[in-house]
Amino acid sequence: MTTIDQSAPIALPPVRLPVSAIFTDSFVIAKRNLLFIIRTPQLLVFSTIQPVMFVLLFRFVFGGAINVPTESYASYLLPGVFVQTVVFGSTTAAVALASDLKAGIIDRFRSLPMARSAVLAGRTAADAVRNVFVISLMILVGYAVDFRFQGGVLSALGAMGIALLFGYAWSWFFALVGLLVRDPETAQVAGFVPLFPLVFASSIFVSTATMPSWLQTFAENQPVTRVTNAVRGLALGTATTSDVVIALLWIGGMLLVFAPLATWRYRKG
Amino acid sequence: MEASPQAVEVEGVAVSFGETRALDGVDLTVGTGTVQGLLGPNGAGKTTLVRVLATLLRPDAGCARVFGYDVLRDATRVRALIGLAGQFAAVDGTLTGRENLEMVGRLYRLSRSEARSRATDALDRLGLADAGDRVVRGYSGGMRRRLDLGASLVGRPRLLILDEPTTGLDPQSRNDVWSFIRELVADGTTVLLTTQYLDEADNLADHIVVIDHGKVIANGTPRELKARMGADVLELHVEDVAALESTAELLRGIGTGEPSVDVGDRRITLPVHQGPVDLMSAVRRLDESGVVPSDLSLRRPSLDDVFLALTGRGTTPEDAEDAEANGARQGRRRAKKGAV
Repeated sequence: MTTIDQSAPIALPPVRLPVSAIFTDSFVIAKRNLLFIIRTPQLLVFSTIQPVMFVLLFRFVFGGAINVPTESYASYLLPGVFVQTVVFGSTTAAVALASDLKAGIIDRFRSLPMARSAVLAGRTAADAVRNVFVISLMILVGYAVDFRFQGGVLSALGAMGIALLFGYAWSWFFALVGLLVRDPETAQVAGFVPLFPLVFASSIFVSTATMPSWLQTFAENQPVTRVTNAVRGLALGTATTSDVVIALLWIGGMLLVFAPLATWRYRKG
Repeated sequence: MEASPQAVEVEGVAVSFGETRALDGVDLTVGTGTVQGLLGPNGAGKTTLVRVLATLLRPDAGCARVFGYDVLRDATRVRALIGLAGQFAAVDGTLTGRENLEMVGRLYRLSRSEARSRATDALDRLGLADAGDRVVRGYSGGMRRRLDLGASLVGRPRLLILDEPTTGLDPQSRNDVWSFIRELVADGTTVLLTTQYLDEADNLADHIVVIDHGKVIANGTPRELKARMGADVLELHVEDVAALESTAELLRGIGTGEPSVDVGDRRITLPVHQGPVDLMSAVRRLDESGVVPSDLSLRRPSLDDVFLALTGRGTTPEDAEDAEANGARQGRRRAKKGAV
């Protein structure tokens, strides 16, 4: 390291960061988080086994007893599992951020002249990349148990896109949770509190029509059901425009609320 | 901006966490190119002050400037000028040492190639060249701490803020960190360093500020502070609590200050200048009165003694906010008591 010439006047650092900083810094952080995922393969393996088990469990154990409006239970189930997988997977954002807080890594980032939102943007972007991998794997599993996309390539890509965007919106929610609870163990448990009612009282595994009416009102109007209906509709080629629009509105709404809240919490420290 | 600003100027900074006043109107000036020691027990407010200067925490009152830049209004400039190494090695275990440093370099807005070459420099300089391409998970505690120090340096900070850089390190690693800090100072970097150890501040710092309960209670060069305490400390332990005060009375007049009594530890300490001579007169007086201490020793002044001399009490754990971090210290005390 060369000697610093301290007699020279202090070079004036910029007052504001360049606009590009948000992109370059988010990229640096996303790369770090992706390296973590790649170098902790056991975590990826076990978090992928869980949705595979759900597919097998529901397809072969419960599936026969479940009546659905589609021709086979597999084609009903798999689009739901895509949604369930990205939603459950998004809890890792809470755990990872709480761990970084605890280890002092967030303090280091906050003391650097970097873009304030890059730590969260990089985190959620890395989670989205992981979800691409996980969903691709679930499609393979789905094809093994007789699931088929029935609406053409564009429609199938649309289904994946909406599932990924939904996972991305949840990542921001869980980023906020992680910053609030500040403890990885608590973050892990806290994540499932909102998720269980939303995932199970939804159209992911069963048709909401079989639920008691008071539950149906909730189940049919909550975001997981709305997004699942859009993903399923696109996967099976039965989607209406309103299915897709409502799903996108939920996703956009979640991003509009949780991304600023999480960034605000991060700045506050 | 002033013509030649001080490296650090803190004026009346106060921070409260609920009912606790972590900082209660602290003033501090650090000249450019000097090493400032910030000395105090756990929970004194050292880390809180560090967090204010590192732009991590908003003070409730007062202002803080780094090279003339306000930590709130010009936070981005301040961040570009400082390097921070906290109490815990804040490095990523799944990255290699080199990747950690390159990442921080990139976030200091360095080009890819500049970040790479500075990472290599820092690894060489910290004796981590061979371990640089290994994942940090496999590093020892000392190596992690050195890497953390390296991460605070890749931005070539004008002000290096070190929060208890050697706490928990073995003596060898501690010496390594000390000599490394000396090299940086020789290059002209301004260093602000917090520590619980008087000898550390004594070894490294040009100026020392002692803080306790969020307030500055002493300020000066190491020499000045030690002069207030005497060159050595005479310490004796007495079995019988009732005899503590009378024994302390016996010793009055010996040494350079008042004898201090610590009832909990059944201990009397006395600052002295001519160690052996004062020790002998103390022994004579005790012998004449038939007092037999359970332990009697002459030693160098410690942080405990600074506090005893400045505040009339030791750095007892119940004074600390962070009792957990004091576990080791309490353990030591218990062990000592057991031996008596």
